[in-house]
Amino acid sequence: MTEFFAAFFSGAAGAMGLGGGTVLILYLTACAGYGQPAAQGINLLFFLACSAVSLVFHGAGGYVRWKTAGLCVLAGLPAVWAGFWISGLLGPERLQDVFAIFLLALGLQQIFGKNKNTGK
Amino acid sequence: MLNGFFGTGGGLVAVPALEKSGLSVKEAHATALALTASLSVASVLLYLGGGRFSLGEAAGFLPGGILGAAAGALLFRRLPSRFLRRALGAFMIYFAIRTLLR
Repeated sequence: MTEFFAAFFSGAAGAMGLGGGTVLILYLTACAGYGQPAAQGINLLFFLACSAVSLVFHGAGGYVRWKTAGLCVLAGLPAVWAGFWISGLLGPERLQDVFAIFLLALGLQQIFGKNKNTGK
Repeated sequence: MLNGFFGTGGGLVAVPALEKSGLSVKEAHATALALTASLSVASVLLYLGGGRFSLGEAAGFLPGGILGAAAGALLFRRLPSRFLRRALGAFMIYFAIRTLLR
């Protein structure tokens, strides 16, 4: 049941543009006992399923610029491989430390940064 | 690169970059979602191929996540996002410090 609520909250936070991926990774590493690499992999598949739901709404609304997205994907694929490769070199412990620093920056940005998304 | 490195965070870079290239906020968010979802397919294949996780480990999280994504999309305009953003930011900072001090 805890898994369900963690996933539900992560999915909801992601759909609201609040960084749902980080929530799930935190739950998996801090509460569920997964290592950082496994948590990241689980989160990627989780994100794929959730983003498919969101893309149905966004695509129907005509907001997706498919050609732009396609060009960016072509440019991004080598970088994805590079990121995966570097994360493998770091090892789980150091990867978790780097993720914590990333999270710290993200948390500060969430609190002090401007929210252009809704203006609320 | 963030997508492959952290398994999350690609949209943080993609959205502002797409906005700078002339897309509206809504278009940038939607296009970044299509972009990061596509890149996530590549990342998932790399992570699975590298044995970092298994499909069975992720399966238990999908029903809750999909329901949460639908609920989040519906509640998007109704909840005070500034409060949620700050609460989540505090949550992230707490866990980041906890991890670094472990």
